Amino acid sequence: MEQAAPDQKRFAVDGDDVYIDLGPGGVETPEGIYDTDRYTVNMGPQHPATHGVLRLRLEMDGETVIAIDPVIGYLHRCFEKHAESLSYPMVIPFTDRLDYLAGMNQNWSLALGVERLAGIEVPEKVEYIRVIVGELNRIASHLVAFGTFGLDMGAFTPFLWAFRDREKILDLLEWASGARLLYNYIWVGGVARDLPDGWTAKCLEFLDYFEPKLAEYNNLLSYNQIFIERTAKTGIISKDIAVGYGLSGPNLRGSGVDWDLRRDDPYSIYDRFEWDVALGTGEYGPLGSCWDRYWVRILEIGQSIRILRQAINGLPAEGDVKEKVPKKAKAPESDYYVRTEVPKGELGFYIIGSGKDTARRIKARSPSFCAISAMDAIVKSPDNPRMLIADVVATVASLDIVLGEIDR
Amino acid sequence: MLELRGIIDAIWSFIVGLLAGLGIPQWAIELVGYALIAVVMFGVVAVIVLFLVWWERKVSAKMQDRLGPMRVGWHGIIQTIADAIKLLQKEDITPKAIDFPIHFWAPVVTFVAAFMVYVTVPFGKGLIVSDLSVGVLYIIAITTFTVIGLLMAGWGSNNKYSLLGGFRSAAQVVSYEVPLSLALLGVIMISQTLSLGTIVTQQDNLLKWYVWRQPLGFLIFWIAATAECNRTPFDLPEADSELVAGFVTEYSGMKFAMFFLAEFVNMFTASVVAVTLFFGGWMSPFGPDFGPSWMWFLGKTMFFVFVLMWFRWTYPRLRVDQLMGFAWKVLLPLAFLNILLTGLGIYLFDGLK
Repeated sequence: MEQAAPDQKRFAVDGDDVYIDLGPGGVETPEGIYDTDRYTVNMGPQHPATHGVLRLRLEMDGETVIAIDPVIGYLHRCFEKHAESLSYPMVIPFTDRLDYLAGMNQNWSLALGVERLAGIEVPEKVEYIRVIVGELNRIASHLVAFGTFGLDMGAFTPFLWAFRDREKILDLLEWASGARLLYNYIWVGGVARDLPDGWTAKCLEFLDYFEPKLAEYNNLLSYNQIFIERTAKTGIISKDIAVGYGLSGPNLRGSGVDWDLRRDDPYSIYDRFEWDVALGTGEYGPLGSCWDRYWVRILEIGQSIRILRQAINGLPAEGDVKEKVPKKAKAPESDYYVRTEVPKGELGFYIIGSGKDTARRIKARSPSFCAISAMDAIVKSPDNPRMLIADVVATVASLDIVLGEIDR
Repeated sequence: MLELRGIIDAIWSFIVGLLAGLGIPQWAIELVGYALIAVVMFGVVAVIVLFLVWWERKVSAKMQDRLGPMRVGWHGIIQTIADAIKLLQKEDITPKAIDFPIHFWAPVVTFVAAFMVYVTVPFGKGLIVSDLSVGVLYIIAITTFTVIGLLMAGWGSNNKYSLLGGFRSAAQVVSYEVPLSLALLGVIMISQTLSLGTIVTQQDNLLKWYVWRQPLGFLIFWIAATAECNRTPFDLPEADSELVAGFVTEYSGMKFAMFFLAEFVNMFTASVVAVTLFFGGWMSPFGPDFGPSWMWFLGKTMFFVFVLMWFRWTYPRLRVDQLMGFAWKVLLPLAFLNILLTGLGIYLFDGLK
């Protein structure tokens, strides 16, 4: 058996030996390094702060975390393999189950990919409906991120406030699609059905109700001194790490990288609306901290409300909501990589068509997977000289991961 | 006027007469008396705690736009009793690799220590089990005792999360004990006594409350007391999002309930000490003998319990190094400053009396 180097620790992962570089250990004192015992803590797969069935193997020295080894696969459902034997419309319900907090955006991404591959143009009304439900779902997803971040920081009230308001969004989406979480609403070539009568009025009513709530959220959590102390100086992701590990969405923008696919790789009709890309500012600490990522999400909720108001005003009253697409939509024997800005970041589908109604291969590029793979680099980065177990919890929460998307 | 002391005395003399009639010797009657007092005290505090558990759930529900318990009794008022019965019936699961005696006795130590404080708490006029001449010292000593139970639970569970929780609670309670004791010293310097009964009788109207002369002392005490109770924002020992449940991770059934109830007893204790030392205890703010004393006491105490609940459902949690830094770098110097100012005040204005 291979010997571990002095500063390495051997783990056995499913029969394979894995060596993790621990770096210099112990506590540094003027007399030298005071060596302390290191120990391993398994955080998860059943743990309140891992947002599902993620397992983080923490190498710890007292309360300080030295290395993180995320172990995934507890929620693996063979999405990509399933997608090879099902026709395109049948794959769309599976995408709901990737990021189950933002099903609309996932539906949209795959539908857009198949449409582009097959060269289908969708009616204008469909684009408006897609933007409306997509942005509503983005708000709902960011509300969960806000609430669970508070919960992981020990504040329970923001969580229930967020879920109270998210419930209203789910009611709206249920009215439109018939489902609360797994919608299967955005189809190839259109949407499942038109928005019901009176839906837009109800949606505007919700926006009027919801907009002032953001100030309440900020007073409760965002500007709380304890919360700022806990989050604004830890979990710092430099631009290099963020770009290098392929972070996207609010996680990338929290590090100050101005990149939003809705603007930089435009799809649908986002170029018709007036809105801004929210960026991390480093207001209370170094740029790229947990607070910055959190703050980007709060700002994005505000921007989504702006887009929603414009989209509802511009929604054509009449029009088809389904392009005439044969039931078995066929895509040519070529490939296409589609990417859209979902609440968690860049969701991409690499679709290889087979000329028939099933794909030869669909590969999903999920934003949460990239985010969680950066954890070890974040802990070992010189920007975060000492990460405690509480900081790891804050960082995982601020990355806003969803396990359904990581394991697929 | 609705004072309970007279009623209690009447009941007691009735019991004494009954027992003496049976020819029971005097020492045995006294023994029965002590046992009765212990049972009654335990009962009173237990009922208050059961009420607090329900109330906390209602307060949190109100703050979170929920209803809270509604099904068992009027607005769920006997929900906690139902919960307690459920916990009593639950299987007591003990992991295999625990240190059995330590794991077994830890909840007992915590539970007993939490209740022992009430020996010297004046609940109302004459409603005090024993007005110890070292009352304040006794309370400080006994409240610290709970940490032994928490440390035992952390060690005995043989679980890394429990161990971290136990260590955290030990570090936290020991650290915050220092500014807490020093903050109480200000009151003791002015009142010139350690007896809680005497401290209460000294504050016989609103203007004589010690909080006016010790505002800084009260602030330090209140923050430190929140930390002593292991409540948000200082609930690190059982930080559920970090340590699963900290030292209670491996406990279930009644043992868990004992930790849980002890936490609420400690919360009530902190409010009791705050009220007794800084807000006139059972004395009414409008001079003596204005309304039943025990109602003043309970009313004031419940207000402070509410403040603790308010904290819990509003604030996030501190990080472990911030917690320790706050105790040693902020609270401790302020506590020393408070003692200095109090001493200066006594020297200049003859005791600020």
